[in-house]
Amino acid sequence: MATFSTNQFKGGLKILLDGDPFTILENEFVKPGKGQAFNRVKVRNLKTGRTIERTFKSGDTVEAADVMELDLQFLYSDGEFWHFMEPNSFEQHQAPDAVVGEAGQWLRPQDECKVILWNNEPLSIEAPNFVSLAVSQTDPGVRGDTSSGGSKPATLETGAVIRVPLFIEEGEVLKVDTRKGEYVSRA
Amino acid sequence: MPGTASGARHPDSVVTEPTWQPSATPETLRRRARLLADIRAFFARRDVLEADVPALSAAAAQEPQLDSLACGDAGWLHTSPEFGLKRLLAAGIGPVYQLSHVFRAGETGRWHNPEFSMLEWYRPGWGYPAVLAETEALLVELGAPPLARVGFDEVFTRLTGLDWRRAGADELQQRAAGAGLAPESEPAGLDDARRFEFWLDALVGLVLGPDLGRSAPCAVCDWPPSLAGLTRIRPGAMPVAERFEIYWQGVELANGGTELTDAATLRERFDRDAATRRALGKPCLPVDRALPAAMDAGLPDCAGVALGVDRLLALLLGFDSLAPALPFAADRS
Repeated sequence: MATFSTNQFKGGLKILLDGDPFTILENEFVKPGKGQAFNRVKVRNLKTGRTIERTFKSGDTVEAADVMELDLQFLYSDGEFWHFMEPNSFEQHQAPDAVVGEAGQWLRPQDECKVILWNNEPLSIEAPNFVSLAVSQTDPGVRGDTSSGGSKPATLETGAVIRVPLFIEEGEVLKVDTRKGEYVSRA
Repeated sequence: MPGTASGARHPDSVVTEPTWQPSATPETLRRRARLLADIRAFFARRDVLEADVPALSAAAAQEPQLDSLACGDAGWLHTSPEFGLKRLLAAGIGPVYQLSHVFRAGETGRWHNPEFSMLEWYRPGWGYPAVLAETEALLVELGAPPLARVGFDEVFTRLTGLDWRRAGADELQQRAAGAGLAPESEPAGLDDARRFEFWLDALVGLVLGPDLGRSAPCAVCDWPPSLAGLTRIRPGAMPVAERFEIYWQGVELANGGTELTDAATLRERFDRDAATRRALGKPCLPVDRALPAAMDAGLPDCAGVALGVDRLLALLLGFDSLAPALPFAADRS
């Protein structure tokens, strides 16, 4: 099993703590002039997204987490699993709904997305920050309707529902910020 | 190796051009030059002689938590000019200071650079309250606020809730766990006294230090004897090391004390340090024999201070790390 010593610690390093994969966010070297040195780290659990702090005696080693971040192409969803492919090797990976989570609502077949693999299994999926998607259904905007703040719901080709301005019509392609789930502009 | 596997496909692995630019801005470098000149002017006015004892030494540092950088057959780079300056004192040089680069292996971080600038000075015939007052005069002249002063016992109890004189190693260990340090961090094979020292040390570094000197620099005075370094221990019902450490904004800035002058005690501490190094699995390197010999001949009663100059500059300029105060930090050296 590969290990990392505290003197290899840096932001982005993937380590195994209590059986879970973590990524190091911050690493602080702490040492009083006469005293023992420590590494104080802030780490994010890649499974749960939770951030915690840990302190290690400098020189200690921790197990490396076999985590890779890949840009994969989304192929299709069969209702149970989401299928992805490495564009260069054509190697395929499948991820259950629970792992794909919210990201799934922004993905069309052929789209690229960031997939984190742990022990070669998808751990999380991240849609691109901005995507361009067509409107498959929205009611015609009613002039003078200000009760909804000048916006209305629209269903996109992937099934995601977002708020759009009243002037948007079915068939238009929109730029969407996936982190906020918000309309940005016409694409 | 997973690190390599992910690196090969991740933008992190893109080979970047070497950074030739300085870590500090030209303005900071000019301020740095002025700080060094102001320090020299301060000691010139007070008739303290500038020394330049060699950085390269035939012996390595003995203190268990200090690692000297090796220079092949030539010896080791000094971790402070202490031994050389004390030998000058034994030779009758009188008040003396050195402003030079020192080196510590494995110390890289936000507030650490393996090579850094240290100011160290000694005052024959003085005790530590007098050198502490002189340190304050220097810091104020260089632009820092006046010092707060606090006793180690008081601040340790306030910040950890423990009385270190009564607490055992296990209690200290539990308190450290509350600060995020797992009990397994304790090195294997330590005796009771060294276990106690390990956890006391851990609490000083992880709990005390980061909380001290938030507004003004704070001098913590009278340390537990196990953290004496090479200062004198004042005997009595409650013995303490006649030593102070100054913290500013959670960063250790200086330490000083009344110096140990007894050669036999020095040899005992060297032996104990060597035993601790063995217990920690660290290599045993050549011990300095010149300082004990100088002390046999007679080191005058004196007090001394060591101060981190890069840290002082960084804190005076409001930086939150050392690098922007250095011409070239370790990653650009």
